[in-house]
Amino acid sequence: MNRRAGLRVAVLLAPALLVVVGLFGAGLGLGLLQSLGYQPYLEGWSWTTAAYTGLIDDRAVRASLVLTLRTSVLATAGAAILGLAVAMLVHSSRRGRRLLTAVLQVGLPVPHLVGALSMSLMLSQSGLLSRLTYAIGLTTSPSDFPALTEDRFGWAMLAEYLWKETPFVAVVALTALARGVAPLQDVAATLGASPWQRFRYVVLPLVTPAVGAASVVVLAFTFGSYEVPAVLGRPYPAPLSVVAYQRFTDTDLTVRPQAFALGVVLAVAVTALVAVYLRLLDRLGATR
Amino acid sequence: MRRAVGAPLLVTGLVVAVLTPLVLLAVWAVTETWRYPALWPQAFDDRALRVVTDPGSTILPGLVTSAGIAATVAVVSCAIGLAAGRALGLHTFPGRGLVRFALLAPVIVPGITVSLGIQVVFIRYHLTDTVHGVVLAHLIPATPYATLVLAAAYTRLDTAFEDQARVLGAGPLRVLLHVTLPALRPALTVALMLTFLISWNEYVLTLLIGGGSVSTLPLLLFSAIGSGDTSVAAALAMVVSIPPLLFVGVTARALTGPGAGRNDGRADPGMHPGAGATLAGLGRA
Repeated sequence: MNRRAGLRVAVLLAPALLVVVGLFGAGLGLGLLQSLGYQPYLEGWSWTTAAYTGLIDDRAVRASLVLTLRTSVLATAGAAILGLAVAMLVHSSRRGRRLLTAVLQVGLPVPHLVGALSMSLMLSQSGLLSRLTYAIGLTTSPSDFPALTEDRFGWAMLAEYLWKETPFVAVVALTALARGVAPLQDVAATLGASPWQRFRYVVLPLVTPAVGAASVVVLAFTFGSYEVPAVLGRPYPAPLSVVAYQRFTDTDLTVRPQAFALGVVLAVAVTALVAVYLRLLDRLGATR
Repeated sequence: MRRAVGAPLLVTGLVVAVLTPLVLLAVWAVTETWRYPALWPQAFDDRALRVVTDPGSTILPGLVTSAGIAATVAVVSCAIGLAAGRALGLHTFPGRGLVRFALLAPVIVPGITVSLGIQVVFIRYHLTDTVHGVVLAHLIPATPYATLVLAAAYTRLDTAFEDQARVLGAGPLRVLLHVTLPALRPALTVALMLTFLISWNEYVLTLLIGGGSVSTLPLLLFSAIGSGDTSVAAALAMVVSIPPLLFVGVTARALTGPGAGRNDGRADPGMHPGAGATLAGLGRA
């Protein structure tokens, strides 16, 4: 590559790198520095790991980490499995496939905040589901119905993620399936493959790259999402993103560095989780 | 292909599960009273609809703010993406893998981490509580998607057409306007809509950088949810959802490709370039 072409590439990339390095990288780096005591534009700060030791001793943070991991992993696995199942169902239905694909796409672009509002109207103790269980005689009052919103487990959060992300994974899987899974399945069937073998060695390797990429996006999103737990969850235990925001806006300014530390924990944890997940997918995508 | 016996039932369940939450919002938007344990509202009215369409309310300015920010983010990020996408799609250069990796990082790392860290700089340069500060913040998630969608489109661009135009005496700007952009138009349309949507749906970056002074629709919706007036919150949710739904209406074909409804087993030649990145963007939005 000559110098002229190199210069051209550098000029073309410069604005994008300005955003990725100058805004994203700066935000990440400054978050890390501020979690370690650095205070730009202020005198008299010193390096310290107090924010991190404070988090380790904090029971709320431990509960938060467990909740975040559990919700995110369940949402990702659930959306991947359900999404693949939905895609195979839609793919195998002869009539109405076009219509079903369109229905799947309806929820895709709707903001998560809208989904969260809807889930609270569906799943709260006086919500639609509770009214349905009343109608069929399962419950007799709102308090009879289990608390699914603002609960310790985060059922409504999980439901919102699954409602939004299952169709997303399904649409991605459908585009992969549309690239000719049927003839391969027929060949496998002719050669005597059982339904399970056809799924494991034909369908799965074909859709794993697409479904895997989609569920990495789901994993990253659900791990760091703020507005869904802010609407559907409770202040304690709350996911890491919510705790980070709480500490950031706390009137007690001494806990503020903990907000940055939680941001760093979020970034490191989600990266590690994605790395583990990608390794797992490699194994699933293998043809034997 | 075989058809399972329970398939029609499963399909019905699927349609109900996908659509019920949205239908429920639409019903709540026109509800006057809907007391427990009724399964259907006792009385309907258009109060909530009048509240959200009242020109004197905060909703209309919020709509204008949201649309303005999202349109600016879409245009700027796609301009950036057109340049970077060209480098990634048409050139091989040392560090190309690293650039791709750097572009994926904002997709993985939560927005809250980045916005918490960068807020201090934005305060210093008087960018917090301003519309252009929020636009800058929204560029962080939008730029990678614009670049990835357009890079995929560039890999299919035949640069011989550009060379021909140059040989015939067209300047660089004319080549861009009359050759390159028309060739990239489908991908560019998708990239513009996708980045518009990412900005339109963004909540936490707007909250932390806008500081409550920049009231986009998601921020107004969040406070409406907190206020406890369910009908108004539901009506506002409809207002926030309509532009994204139009987006899917327009691009649905591009997303799944014209072959998605067929089963002829061939690879789909009409598959939109960058459809994978487009879908990934929707997963985030």
